[in-house]
Amino acid sequence: MFPISVHIRTHFALVSALALAYVAVLATVLSGAASAAFNPKRRYARNISFALLGSAGVAATIAGGWTLLADVTVTDELPLGLPWLKWHVRLDALSGFFYILVGLVVLATSLYGPSYVREHERAPRPVTVLHLATGVFIGGMLLVLIADDALSFMIAWELMSVSSYLLVTFQHEHAANRRAGFLYLLMAHVGALAILLAFGVLAAFGGGFTFEQMRAAELTPLWATLAFAFALAGFGTKAGIVPLHAWLPEAHPAAPSHISALMSGVMLKVAIYGFIRFVWGLIAKVYWPWGLLLLVIGATTALTGVLYAMQQNDLKRLLAYSSIENVGIIFIGLGLSLIFLGTGHTLLGTLGLVAALYHTLNHALFKGLLFLGAGAVLYRTHERDLEHMGGLIRRMPGTAALFLVGCIAISALPPFNGFVSEWLTFQTALQAPVLEGGIESAILRSLIPLAAAVLALTGALAAACFVKAYGVAFLGRARTRHVARAREVPAGMLAGMGILAGACLLLGVFPTPVIEAMAPLTQLLVHEQLPLATSQGWLWLTPISPRVASYSAPFVVLAIALVFAIGYVALKRRAKPARRGPAWDCGFGALTTRMQYTSTAFSMPIRRVFAPAWKIEEHVEIVPAPGPIPRVKTIRHRLQVHDWSWLKGYLPIGRLVLAAARRIGAIQAGSIHTYLVYSFVTLLLFLWIIS
Amino acid sequence: MDHQLTAWLLAAAQTLAFIFAAPLLAGWVKRIKCHTQNRAAPVLWQPYRDLAKLLRKDMVLAENASWLFRATPYIVFAAILIAAAAIPLVAVDLPTAAIADVIVVVGFFALARFFTALAGLDIGTAFGGMGSSREMMVAALAEPAMLMAVFTLSMTANSTNLSTAVDYVLHAGLVLRPSFLFALLALAMVAVAETGRIPVDNPATHLELTMLHEAMILEYSGRHLALIEWASQIKLMIYAVLIANLFWPWGIAREFTAEALAIGTFAIATKLALLAVILVVWETVLAKMRLFRVPQFLGFAFLLALLGMLTYVVLETGG
Repeated sequence: MFPISVHIRTHFALVSALALAYVAVLATVLSGAASAAFNPKRRYARNISFALLGSAGVAATIAGGWTLLADVTVTDELPLGLPWLKWHVRLDALSGFFYILVGLVVLATSLYGPSYVREHERAPRPVTVLHLATGVFIGGMLLVLIADDALSFMIAWELMSVSSYLLVTFQHEHAANRRAGFLYLLMAHVGALAILLAFGVLAAFGGGFTFEQMRAAELTPLWATLAFAFALAGFGTKAGIVPLHAWLPEAHPAAPSHISALMSGVMLKVAIYGFIRFVWGLIAKVYWPWGLLLLVIGATTALTGVLYAMQQNDLKRLLAYSSIENVGIIFIGLGLSLIFLGTGHTLLGTLGLVAALYHTLNHALFKGLLFLGAGAVLYRTHERDLEHMGGLIRRMPGTAALFLVGCIAISALPPFNGFVSEWLTFQTALQAPVLEGGIESAILRSLIPLAAAVLALTGALAAACFVKAYGVAFLGRARTRHVARAREVPAGMLAGMGILAGACLLLGVFPTPVIEAMAPLTQLLVHEQLPLATSQGWLWLTPISPRVASYSAPFVVLAIALVFAIGYVALKRRAKPARRGPAWDCGFGALTTRMQYTSTAFSMPIRRVFAPAWKIEEHVEIVPAPGPIPRVKTIRHRLQVHDWSWLKGYLPIGRLVLAAARRIGAIQAGSIHTYLVYSFVTLLLFLWIIS
Repeated sequence: MDHQLTAWLLAAAQTLAFIFAAPLLAGWVKRIKCHTQNRAAPVLWQPYRDLAKLLRKDMVLAENASWLFRATPYIVFAAILIAAAAIPLVAVDLPTAAIADVIVVVGFFALARFFTALAGLDIGTAFGGMGSSREMMVAALAEPAMLMAVFTLSMTANSTNLSTAVDYVLHAGLVLRPSFLFALLALAMVAVAETGRIPVDNPATHLELTMLHEAMILEYSGRHLALIEWASQIKLMIYAVLIANLFWPWGIAREFTAEALAIGTFAIATKLALLAVILVVWETVLAKMRLFRVPQFLGFAFLLALLGMLTYVVLETGG
């Protein structure tokens, strides 16, 4: 009796989970179509569009949760594309995990969007393009996650890339956005080419384009490494690893803010998904030197990302660089996983993977939240430059509180979620001494702690960076008049941010159930679970064993609440209300808002300590006052921080390509006779080849 | 069950002891410092009097102070308190030690610093911003050094749990490990920087050019100031106890009998008194550094910690 009912229930789950995934994809496309069908500037059209997007988010979250919790894998074939090449579709635990991630952020965006895009409706641009591209963009991402053959994967991937190009260049009246869009499209296609080559290697050995055939491919170490390298280059370009990252801080901030949230929060994660699917899911056997490579790249990416983020004065650019940092942290976790898997420590390899995936989910949530917050500030003040902000905590209290949650979470501070995933990464790294044996494990044993050191430095710098961002934007006093007049954003926008902030807190306080739910995922990829991680009940997180390390976030939160309560009762209740007085001005007269520390000033000590990390151009312009006595009228300070990868990598390569094009262009003589000769010679050549 | 209850009660008592002994340690440091510098010393319990005075006083808030400014003292105190609860003071194997391991402790220090720095920026004075900016720079360099130093120990003990690490050192007996020596030096240097002592910061100064920590909390008064001062006294004690109990844990109570606990209390009191003397000598013979010499000081600490860790993974493990 019992097995039958289980069977029926599982079968029911199979059908429904995938059906829900289809519903989600369909809803995104419909959301774009709705905007095209109705007059997009009308309120109902906008609401229908975003409601469909929201339902897509809900459907995706439920489909993902269902797949992950019921631990089902369901495959299907869609009669799309070429007649003899059907699209293979598969929803398994890994796809399910990423469906939850995408679904949550899309849901938040759909609540946030209706108010936010109203501003764009007044502009001369067609809003229909925005809605259409958004729908295709999200639909493409959802399709990538369930694609089960290289063809449909690449089609979905390109849908995602091209539609996001349209979103980046949506505000195309600014030349900077057009430039960013072109760079983005270029890099997206260089990356896509590498991915195609990576699939090509596997398809050649596996004898087919489906992932099922690729899984069965038996590769020599050389070919496997080649496939891995192509995948790293391809997915890494999209994810923004250093030194391929220079397009990212240009493209992500250029899009409207809710799209930036989707690009930084979700699209980067789709790249991570592709990489995990390819290396952990398709390549049967992994080697530890790959892990070492990932570790080095991850550490470099994390440190570079945060150092550049620290120096940005544009809030959205700062967030984009910080995304690079977080991708680096994810890659450190992935690298540790590969090192331990390649040396036969499956349990630790699983822990590394779980840490990386946890951070992937966390970053999607808090980066989504922070970009939406930056959008809220932009919506009310039309300002992205930190130097012009200030004091917004009093004008926009709701946004300020939610943005603070994002800042604490991204700075990896307890009890929020960013801390949990960094803690797990540290715990994995601290197990380096289990690697025993020859000289190569001695190298690993000393390099893994170095990566942990970089991770620690990154975390501390991230905290400094977000103290700066929050302190300069939201605290202090307003530096410009329009910022001083800002108002709180509408409830829908707050609700969108609120969902993400709530998820950040929940994932921080209850990490154990989340890791428990990830068991089918690790079972699928590395055939291993973390039985001891959750052995002490939901209160305790003990990744390796209770003796080695334990953390209980619920107790910690309880303790904070207790201290607050006691403090309130003991100190606050009987005390007189505080008197308000002017701030201490050293007896020199009133303080002005220009005396506050600016964003540039705040980051100056770190700029000086890590000076070689950037190319810094600093101009001080002194205007003398007219008259016989030398006096200074004004001093203007201008600071530009250039990215080394742009100066030393992108620009020289770009020049090389242009020079090569010019050389090749020499054959374009402009005379019909020459062209006829070319055709004739080519014809002769072909005839000679086939003869 | 009974054992469990005793353990929890003991853990609570230990945390309370942490809170209420911290001003005493600060008073002791101040007193011997005055004696070494030929100044008239305040009585030992002067910090208690100061705290009581501040708690009684009315507060003045700056006109544009936001809720964040008012909440910060409580958050800072709570964060430091949780860190203190996780640290083995008199006895090991207490249940609170399992709630938070050493990474969580460092995380809570970072949380306290995060909010203090934000509060420094909240009023919008140049002082606050200056303090926050400098403090975050110092912290960005000190925190990784601290983590590396404690990671050396946790790798040796194969546990980030402080209680387990102390247990491990007790069991291993007195072995001279070069890695521990490096870690100890690094941790001591970080402790000096993180608790705002000479040569990184001067706790007694109100001179604008030399201020770090004081600049951030310049606008606080009354009970808010009391909480922040108290929290920094607890923080000083936490670092002292960390150094004392991780490197010389002998004497700490391993079972919950009255005798063992008495020995444990006496042992930690002696160790802290001695450490305070070392701190005072250090602060008396050194002068405060220029701000941009501090990165070199902390970079050296980071290097020492890293050396300690590499010494461990290369020389003391594997084959």
